[in-house]
Amino acid sequence: MSGTDYNFAYLDEQTKRMIRRAILKGVAVPGYQVPFASREMPMPYGWGTGGVQVTAACLVPEDRLKVIDQGADDTTNAVSIRKFFQKTAGVAVTERTAEATVIQTRHRIPELPLTEDQILVYQVPIPEPLRFLEPSEVETRKMHALEDYGLMHVKLYEDIARHGEIATAYAYPVKVEGRYVMDPSPIPKFDNPKLESAALQLFGAGREQRIYAVPPYTRVVSLDFEDHPFDPSKAAHPCALCGAEDSYLDEVIVDDAGGRMFVCSDTDYCAGRREAAA
Amino acid sequence: MTPLLEVRGLTKAYGGRIGCAEVSFTLWPGEVLGIVGESGSGKSTLLNCLAGHLAPDAGQVIFDTRGEGPRDVLAMTEPERRMLGRTDWAFVHQNPRDGLRMRISAGGNVGERLMAVGARHYGEIRAQAADWLARVEIAEGRIDDRPSAFSGGMQQRLQIARNLVTGPRLVFMDEPTGGLDVSVQARLLDLIRGLVRRMGLSAIVVTHDLAVVRLLADRLMVMKDGRVIETGLTDQVLDDPQAPYTQLLVSSVLQA
Ligand SMILES: Nc1ncnc2c1ncn2[C@@H]1O[C@H](COP(=O)(O)OP(=O)(O)OP(=O)(O)O)[C@@H](O)[C@H]1O
Ligand SMILES: [Mg+2]
Repeated sequence: MSGTDYNFAYLDEQTKRMIRRAILKGVAVPGYQVPFASREMPMPYGWGTGGVQVTAACLVPEDRLKVIDQGADDTTNAVSIRKFFQKTAGVAVTERTAEATVIQTRHRIPELPLTEDQILVYQVPIPEPLRFLEPSEVETRKMHALEDYGLMHVKLYEDIARHGEIATAYAYPVKVEGRYVMDPSPIPKFDNPKLESAALQLFGAGREQRIYAVPPYTRVVSLDFEDHPFDPSKAAHPCALCGAEDSYLDEVIVDDAGGRMFVCSDTDYCAGRREAAA
Repeated sequence: MTPLLEVRGLTKAYGGRIGCAEVSFTLWPGEVLGIVGESGSGKSTLLNCLAGHLAPDAGQVIFDTRGEGPRDVLAMTEPERRMLGRTDWAFVHQNPRDGLRMRISAGGNVGERLMAVGARHYGEIRAQAADWLARVEIAEGRIDDRPSAFSGGMQQRLQIARNLVTGPRLVFMDEPTGGLDVSVQARLLDLIRGLVRRMGLSAIVVTHDLAVVRLLADRLMVMKDGRVIETGLTDQVLDDPQAPYTQLLVSSVLQA
């Protein structure tokens, strides 16, 4: 297969225009889930087909793309999406957060603060934050429309009643610009403060056919109680490789004797710090 | 005095079949109105039209709102009606499963309405939930249990607590004691009567059980084929029924 077999970034222009219209609507109504006609992509659902379609609709030939999965550029999922766009769009790629113009991510926000020149595209499995509380789609839409969000706090109440604290650690619900409650995709709650960003953030759910957006400098508040305020919670240790004390850490098993260490989940951030120190 | 609720010419048909037709009545603050009638007489249809769960074909439902005085509920926007539904109104379903969240703890069930109107202090929400569980005679130790672990009578009492926690002024009840066995019914009725009197609630109680209205209702409305055929003070209607149908209804119960 060669790149010339495809339209630029795989999708045909008509489809990209349809997706861009959904993105624009999402930007105009921050946090609102815009339905779109998701296309079959040459990869299975759960591999980021929603994010891939959003990225395809955003890319221009001059872009430099970075793809991460749980913070790392070198996992199978990240590598195959990066290759996909190298082949179908011929765009430059990078692992450096600072050098990327478009970053597609699964489950993390890069540690390095993003800029106005960057777009962060999230892969979203389940876009509806109320889904596990209210299975009816008709009802959840009504709840969004009427700003009827008491149920969201019921979930947090249940957390505290059962665990003594808000136990939700991923996909922690947020309120966007004082209006829509949004699922930020399964990023760790540690990343929630970074949702208030200079970059444009776009969220794509392929199977569920939804796109939503957080425009630059939008207010994003994590839901909580007055007496149980939101706590992004940070591991007690520094990164074992670069010594960072402000980054999200993954636990890595280092031998078969139960030895383990904590290292930055954002591999580019970690490498950059080690380079600078060397 | 301004009536709490004034209903005029309320009509609802299901296709060609009459649900309820040209129902008019007035409910005064602190009053409990019973609605009785045989199965299919339109009691639930009427109640659901009043509470905004069903859209009637014609009529007016004028409620004396706290902020703006008497307003036609049917002319309100959906958000306004929903707000009423979680502040000033309460609806107790016959089947507690329809009125409870079965996968949420008892405390969460009671707290939901508080959170829906903006309560954001966990400790206060929980304290109010505990207080309300006590008021409906559910042991405080059950606050984190799910309603699915409760008996039918407890579920119904939980549903009542969940509804009354925001201090509503008008409570709709559709067969609140239906489906429960007799001793449980009696205890629940006692509880409802106590709460209604103490909180000075106004209520509309639908039932086909005349013992329920005898105990709870100040006034009675008898329905047949979707229409109101007799109204009056409860004792009057039960002891000296005027309409032949009501006479039949009362005598059949007395014999049973
Ligand atoms: N969803 C519906 N579709 C069509 N007809 C309906 C519907 N609901 C009720 N009806 C009809 O409307 C009439 C009134 O029914 P409704 O349920 O209001 O009676 P009810 O007095 O509450 O009876 P019950 O004591 O059995 O609960 C009946 O003829 C019933 O068959
Ligand atoms: Mg009924």
